[in-house]
Amino acid sequence: MTVKVKLFAILRERAGVAEVTKEIKEGSSVADLWAILQQDYPKLAVPGIRLLYAVNRDYVKPERVLNNFDEVVFIPPVSGGIDVSRHR
Amino acid sequence: MFRVTDKPINLQELVDCVTDPEAGAVATFIGITRNNNEGRKVIALDYEAYPEMAEKELTRLSEEARTKWQICRMAIVHRVGPVQITEPSVVIAVSAAHREAAFAACRFAIEEIKKTVPIWKKEVYEGGEIWIGTQSGQPLNRS
Repeated sequence: MTVKVKLFAILRERAGVAEVTKEIKEGSSVADLWAILQQDYPKLAVPGIRLLYAVNRDYVKPERVLNNFDEVVFIPPVSGGIDVSRHR
Repeated sequence: MFRVTDKPINLQELVDCVTDPEAGAVATFIGITRNNNEGRKVIALDYEAYPEMAEKELTRLSEEARTKWQICRMAIVHRVGPVQITEPSVVIAVSAAHREAAFAACRFAIEEIKKTVPIWKKEVYEGGEIWIGTQSGQPLNRS
C-alpha cells in the first residue's frame, strides 16, 4: 500500500524533500514508517529530537497502524517546545 | 477566524471578527519578533506551518477554551514565512461578557499554540540559524 509523507522544518531541510510517497507493507505502523524513512534519508535521525506523529491531520501514537493513502507527518518540536505528555 | 497567512496581520480585523453584542470585553495578544534571544542578535524569524493541520488545531484549541471559560468568540492568525523585527507573528483576539474569561482564554490560546499547533520557528541570527525547540541548525559560512 501507499502512504504520503510530508516533511516540515528541520526534517524537510535534513531530508532535502518536502513530500515522499512510500510503498509499505500492510500492517505497518507510524513507527515502522519512521524507521524506513531514516534508512532512506539517514540525516533524518536528528540526535535527541522528540517527535509527535500525525495521520490525516490528527495526532496519533507511533504504534498507529497505517492505511492505504494515509497522509503521515512527523512533527518536530513546535515553536515553543513540546508537551509530549499530551499526545503520547 | 483561524488561519495562517504569509501577509502582515491586521489586528483590527481580528477585533472586528470577535466583536459581539453580548461581549463586554475583548482581550488581544500580539506575539512580536524581537531582536534578541538567549544572547543572540536576531535578524528575523522564519515560520513554517503544516497549514491544514495548524488551522484545525487552532479551531480545536478554541473549542477547548470554550469548555473552560464563558467566551463569545475567538480569532487567531499566525504568520508563516519571514517575519521581520517588530512585526507581529501571531495575533489572538477573544471576546467575552466579562474580562476575566477573555484574559484567561487569550492566555490559554497562546500557551497552547506553542505546544500543540504544527508551526515551526527558525531563528535567523547573526552568524547562523536555528530551528527553535530542536536546538539544531547550521552556522552560516559567509565570508
